[in-house]
Amino acid sequence: MTDVASQTEPNTLPDLHTITAPPELEVVNMTKRFGSLVALDNVSLHLKPATFHALLGENGAGKSTLVKCIMGFYKPDHGDVLINKHAQAIASPRDAHKYGIGMVYQHFTSVPAMTVAENLVLSRFDSQTVINWKQELDHLNAFMANAPFKVPVETPVGQLAAGEKQKLEILKQLYLKSKILILDEPTSVLTPAEADEVLGLIREQVTDGKLSVLIISHKFREVTSFCDEITVLRKGKYAGTGVVKDLSVAQMAEMMMGEKREPQKVEKTPHPEVVPVLELKDLHANKDNGVEAVHGVNLTVHSGEIVGIAGISGNGQRELVEVLAGQRSLTGGQVVVNGKPYFATRKEIDNNHVFVLPEEPLKNACVAHMSVAENLALRTFDKPPQAKGAMLIFKAIRDMATNLINTFKIKTPSPETPVGNLSGGNVQRTVLARELSSEKINLLIAANPCFGLDFAMVDYIHSQILNARNRGVAVLLVSEDLDELLKLSDRILVISGGTFAYESPIETADFAAIGHAMAGH
Amino acid sequence: MFSSTNWRKTAEAIAIPVGALLFSLVLFGLFCALCGKNPLAVYGLIYKSAFGNWRAFQGTLLRSAPLMLTALCTALPARLGLMIIGNEGALVMGGLASIIVGLTLSFGSVTPNAAQLQQVSGIPSFVVLAGMAIAGIIAGGVWIAIVGALRHYRAVNETISSLLMNYIAIAIMNQLVGGPIKDPGETIKASSFALPEVNRLANLPATRIHFGLLYGIIVCILAYILIQHTTFGFAARTAGGNVKAARIAGLPVGKLTIIICFLAGSCAGLAGMAEVAAVHGRVNESLVAGYGYTGILVAFVARYNPIACTLVAILLGGIISSGGALQRNLEMPDATVLVFQGLVFLVILYSDSLYGRFKIFKEPVITAPPPPSTSTTVPV
Repeated sequence: MTDVASQTEPNTLPDLHTITAPPELEVVNMTKRFGSLVALDNVSLHLKPATFHALLGENGAGKSTLVKCIMGFYKPDHGDVLINKHAQAIASPRDAHKYGIGMVYQHFTSVPAMTVAENLVLSRFDSQTVINWKQELDHLNAFMANAPFKVPVETPVGQLAAGEKQKLEILKQLYLKSKILILDEPTSVLTPAEADEVLGLIREQVTDGKLSVLIISHKFREVTSFCDEITVLRKGKYAGTGVVKDLSVAQMAEMMMGEKREPQKVEKTPHPEVVPVLELKDLHANKDNGVEAVHGVNLTVHSGEIVGIAGISGNGQRELVEVLAGQRSLTGGQVVVNGKPYFATRKEIDNNHVFVLPEEPLKNACVAHMSVAENLALRTFDKPPQAKGAMLIFKAIRDMATNLINTFKIKTPSPETPVGNLSGGNVQRTVLARELSSEKINLLIAANPCFGLDFAMVDYIHSQILNARNRGVAVLLVSEDLDELLKLSDRILVISGGTFAYESPIETADFAAIGHAMAGH
Repeated sequence: MFSSTNWRKTAEAIAIPVGALLFSLVLFGLFCALCGKNPLAVYGLIYKSAFGNWRAFQGTLLRSAPLMLTALCTALPARLGLMIIGNEGALVMGGLASIIVGLTLSFGSVTPNAAQLQQVSGIPSFVVLAGMAIAGIIAGGVWIAIVGALRHYRAVNETISSLLMNYIAIAIMNQLVGGPIKDPGETIKASSFALPEVNRLANLPATRIHFGLLYGIIVCILAYILIQHTTFGFAARTAGGNVKAARIAGLPVGKLTIIICFLAGSCAGLAGMAEVAAVHGRVNESLVAGYGYTGILVAFVARYNPIACTLVAILLGGIISSGGALQRNLEMPDATVLVFQGLVFLVILYSDSLYGRFKIFKEPVITAPPPPSTSTTVPV
C-alpha cells in the first residue's frame, strides 16, 4: 500500500460515497463451481485505490465469473471480498453499490426511447414515487458540469452514437457515486478512436485519485496505454499479477496462454495428393446490426486437411461460419466449393456433400418441437427412400432414425420424442448423427463443436472429426478452444477484427504469435 | 409427424382448447346472467338452434363452409411461423375476381347491357364455375402472397400488413361496385351485376347447403396431407420451427414463405368465390360478413390443424347461426353471439400460455448416457 499511502484510509465505513478516495478492494481465495465445473479456483485479486487494473485471460478463463461474484450476481462457494480490509458480504448489485462498486456491461443497459436525464434518474437505487424534475435536472446539470465527459441530458439515448452511449453507462456509475468501476470489455462495441477517448477520460479520473477501475479486456493495446497493473486468469486459476510498465506484451501473452503447449499427438493419415475443396475469395459479411464483421478474407481448405481458426469471440468467426452454413448472406466476395460458386442452396449442399456442425445445435440445427426422427431426416427427407415423389415415407424415416439412434447411442424415449426434450449431449449426438452419417462427405464445417460438453463426449467428437479428415474430408474448424485447435488442426489461422492475422502449419505454429494475433497485435 | 404415438402431446392439444372453450362458456354465462337471462336457457337455445335438428344443422353447415376455408388462411402460414390475419381481404378479393370472371363468361361483359343480360352465353355452367374458382384462388393467393413477399424481402410484419390489406381489399371492392362494375338497376346498395341462376353454385342434393361445404372439407384434407405428408410440408414445418436449422439444410425459406402465403390466400379466395356463386350471386358489402375474422378464431382453436379446422368451423358456424334465434326468442341483441366469439377468442389466446405448464402432458427428460469409447467406428 506504499504507493497509495497519501490516500485516506478509513478503518470504518461511515458512508463510502462521501469519501473522495476510492476504497481498496481485495478478493481472497475465491472459488466458484457450477455443478462439476470449477469456474474459479482459489483466485485472489488486489485492486489498490486509484489504480487502473486489467483482468486478462482467454475465453472461459473465469474473468466474468470473478466480477459477477464481486458484484453479488453469483454467490461464491468459497472466498471473501474485502473492502478496506474488512470482509463484506455482497449478495446483490445493490449491496455492491453500497460499498461504492459499480459495473459497466459489455452491452448497453439504457432505455433507448428515454432521454439521458430520464435514464440517469431511472438508474438510482433510491427511486422515488414522485420525481421532482426541476430539482433533478438542476442536480443533473450540476453533476454534468463536473463530469469528465459531457452527454446532452435532454437527448433520447437512441439518438446517441455508440461511444456516447458507453460514456453514458460510465456516467451512470459516476452519478451513482461509484468509486470502483468494473468495466466488462467496455470497448468491444466502440471504434478504436472512441475507445481511446473514453478510456483516456477515465484514466484522468483515476490519475486524479477519484476512481479505481477494474477492466476486463482482450486488447493489449488498451492495457499498455491505460492500465497500471494486471491480474491474469487461466482456466479458472490465478496465473499471475504484475505492473504493466515492467511487462512486455509477449510476457503478458505468455501469462495468458501459459507455457507453450505441445499439440496432443493424434493419428493423422498423410494425404499426398490434395485438391482445394473450399475457397473463400475476399469474403465480406455483416453483423446483425449492419456493421461489417468479416473484412474480405481469403482462405483455401484442401481435401484431407483440418484448417483451424482461432480467435476471441466477436471477431467475425460467427458471421463467417453462418455464411458458410447458409444462415447469413455475404455482402461481398465469393465462396467457392469444388471449383464452383457456392450459395448453400439445398441442391449445392447435396451435390457437394457439405455438412455443418454449428455451435449451439439446438438453436442452430434442430427444430425443438419436431421429433428426433424428423430432425435426423432434415438432410434426407426429400430423397428416396424417405420420399416418393412429393410424399414422405414415414417408415423409411423411422427406420433410418432407429438405426442412427443405435449407432450414435442417442438416448431418447422414442424416435418420436421432440428433440427439445433431450439433454444437451443427446441433442449434440442427434446433430452429429445427421451430419456425419452420410456415405459421402466432402466438406465439414464445425464451429465450437464441443462447447459445454463433458470430457468423454469431447473425445468422441474429436475422434469423429479426425476420422473424417483421415478419409479425405476437408474440415474447417472454428473454435475458441486453442487446445482443441492445436490438437486437431493441420494448419492454424487466427481471426482478429474480421481478418486473418496469423497463419501457420501446425508444426511450426508459434504460440506467442498466436496470442498476439488473437489480442489484435 | 408421428402424432399417434406421441399421445401426451396430442392429449394436451385437445385438452387445452376444450378446457378453454368450456371456460369461455362459463364467462358467457356470467354475461347472460348480467343481462338478466338464464345462462342455461341461452346455452340450450344455442344448442337447439345450431345442432338441434337437421334443418338447424343445415344452417350451421352453411355458415361453416366458408369458415373452413378462411381458417386455412391463418392455419397454413402459422405452420411456417407467420401470423396472417388477412383472411377477410383475401376472401373479398377472391369474391371480386370470381364475379368479374363469372359475369364475363356468362354475359360477355362485367357490365352487360340490357340485350346482353337477356342472352346468357352457351358456356357450360361447370366451366363458368371452374373459371370463377380459379379466379378466386389466384386473386386471394396473390393478395396474401404480397404479404409474404413483403415479409421476406422487406421484413414487414406480416400480421400488421395482412390486417391493413383487409381494408385495402374492402376499399377496392367498394370502389369497383360503386363505379366500374356497378349494376345501375340495384338501388339499395351498390352492387355488381348478378350471376345468372344457371351459373350459380348448386346445393347438395336434398339440402339447402351449397357445394362450398364440400370444397371446404376437401381443401382441409388436402391441406392436412400437404403439411403432414409431403416433403413440402416437412420443409415448411422445419422453416416454421427454426429458420436457422432450415437454412443450414439449404431449404429455400423465401420461396416457402411466398408459396405458403399464396396457398393460404387462395383458400380464403375460394371461400369468397363460393359465397358469391352460391349465397349472394353478386358482390356487394354483404360479402364482408366477418367470415374472415371468425376464420382466424377457428384456426386458433384448431391449433392450426387443418382437419381440426373442419370440426371447429362447424362449432363456430353453429354459434353464428344461433344469433338470430337468440334475438327472436330471448330478445337478446343479435350481437350477443359476437360477445361469445370475442370471449372464446380471448380465452383461447390466453390458453396458449398454458402449453407445457401441466406436468401430466410432459415427457420425462432423458439424461446423457455414458459416451461411447473413442474407438467406436461409425459408418460414414
